[in-house]
Amino acid sequence: MRPILMKGHERPLTFLKYNREGDLLFSCAKDHTPTVWFADDGERLGTYRGHNGAVWCCDVSRDSTRLVTGSADQSVKLWDVQTGTQLYTFNFNSPARSVDFSVGDKLVVITTDPFMGNPSTIQVKRIARDPADQTSDSVLTIKGPQGRINRAVWGPLNKTIISAGEDSIIRIWDAETGNLLKETDKESGHQKTISSLCMSADKSHFLTGSADKSAKLWDSRSLTLLKTYQMDRPVNAVAISPLLDHVVIGGGQEAVNVTMTDRRAGKFEAKFYHKILQDEIGGVKGHFGPINALAFNPDGRSFSSGGEDGYVRLHHFDPEYFSIRM
Amino acid sequence: MAAVESARPQAAKLRWGELEEDDAGDLDFLLPPRVVEGPDENGIKKTTEYRFDEDGNKVKVTTTTRVRKLGKARVSKKAKERRNWAKFGDAVHEDVGSRLTMVSTEEILLERPRAPGTKEEPSVSEGLGPIQPGAVLMVCRTCGKKGDHWTSKCPYKDLAQPPETFVERPSTADAASAAPGGAGRSAYVPPSMRGGGERTGTEMSRRRNDENSVRVTNLSEDTREPDLLELFRTFGPVSRVYVAIDQKTGMSRGFGFVNFVHREDAERAINKLNGYGYDNLILRVEWATPRPN
Repeated sequence: MRPILMKGHERPLTFLKYNREGDLLFSCAKDHTPTVWFADDGERLGTYRGHNGAVWCCDVSRDSTRLVTGSADQSVKLWDVQTGTQLYTFNFNSPARSVDFSVGDKLVVITTDPFMGNPSTIQVKRIARDPADQTSDSVLTIKGPQGRINRAVWGPLNKTIISAGEDSIIRIWDAETGNLLKETDKESGHQKTISSLCMSADKSHFLTGSADKSAKLWDSRSLTLLKTYQMDRPVNAVAISPLLDHVVIGGGQEAVNVTMTDRRAGKFEAKFYHKILQDEIGGVKGHFGPINALAFNPDGRSFSSGGEDGYVRLHHFDPEYFSIRM
Repeated sequence: MAAVESARPQAAKLRWGELEEDDAGDLDFLLPPRVVEGPDENGIKKTTEYRFDEDGNKVKVTTTTRVRKLGKARVSKKAKERRNWAKFGDAVHEDVGSRLTMVSTEEILLERPRAPGTKEEPSVSEGLGPIQPGAVLMVCRTCGKKGDHWTSKCPYKDLAQPPETFVERPSTADAASAAPGGAGRSAYVPPSMRGGGERTGTEMSRRRNDENSVRVTNLSEDTREPDLLELFRTFGPVSRVYVAIDQKTGMSRGFGFVNFVHREDAERAINKLNGYGYDNLILRVEWATPRPN
């Protein structure tokens, strides 16, 4: 493959998201400015200016008209995708960490970090069709988990909210009442902070990556552990292929190797695993720093990775990828 | 006359009488047709066309384009519309020269993991064999043999000295004679220069080692003693390695010496490694002194 390198961010990448048709790629980084690129050739389309802090997460509506971003400047902003104008700002008392549109784009689930005595919260806000009608009211507020909630997403059919965070427990909440429905136990679950979570295309299962050097695949409804993928480094980002039975996991720095110099630059790799067999398929090297974000194009024919080095690397798979046999 | 005759075959279709009207643009029929040499194996496409410039001269225009097929993209209608959106934010003033998006110069492959048992890198596990779980990896700093003994128990401890204690051959002999006398004054005497029966033995073996000395040239600038040791150890026990380092820059000056215990090993090393590619340079390996035979 000849990956396309996009150096639009001055600071480490935090999140990558494709729109539904797979022609736009949104990147968030610690440099306050989410950027949108064309997903076929990596050409930059525009940037969204307005945040005052690191942008941790973003999501785009199904019709690619609305972008929601969560930032460390204690706000979540709603943008018009095409023009880059800010439509609305939700303000909070603490940094916003994760955002996710519901199916239908009428609701958005937002998590906020524990900050200055405030515990971490999961909040659901309504998104009005017309930005002029937009209000800041929370439809639902959930408090409870200790520690930072790194990611909260909608479960299948918007019935549940799935959250995972620093206390390494995955919780499933009822989306209407806010009651805790299920949570993982310490033995079978992750042992350290969960850094990332990715739902499958049909939302029936999801993948979590943790600093305990493993990624685990769970069923969305019953929260049973389906598979475990072992890495040799703490996991920062995970993604599930919408086309083949593959998952890709990206990680951080092997603590042991910090002092070993390697003349080959760009040795941080995104590792591909077979989703069902749990075997490693291979790795794609290239990043000069730990990989912080991974995303598959919805057509499954390309994927992109964002690293600590500020680069987004967009890979279109070779034909050989589609005929890999285990 | 001649001009009219030559023009006639071309003018056969359109009689000059009908050209009285002002349609200068239709003189294109006078020009040879456009020739397109399709994409060849490198994807290069050449288009040769002819046109008239302002002064009425025939101009031949050759356009060379490289056609690269990225892959079929089935785009939805909306996606096609989005392609034509205006740039916004920081991308507004994007000039063509901005190198924000670049195609990687390296070909990156999805590297399949190696089958268990094969080595990842040549420098690791040389002569190590399968490691039993729970075994301790014993590494001897002197001879570099792993798994056998610790440094203090090295059977070759009088041979390979660490490079920092390298002293010139003649001055060692002087220092050796001076040191035993100085030992009485409680100065530190390195083991190699302490009095004892060993000394004559080591001096003799050292002298023999000089005849087993191999000069290695055209080393890369970050090659060091351990690298040479690793490379030459396969031919036999090495008593000394030395790499000339420029003190100011810390880089290798491109040459070094390897002393073998056995002459035959040195000979084999020269035969095998001369011309060997190491770290992108071709090594030159030869006897250090004029060939001692």
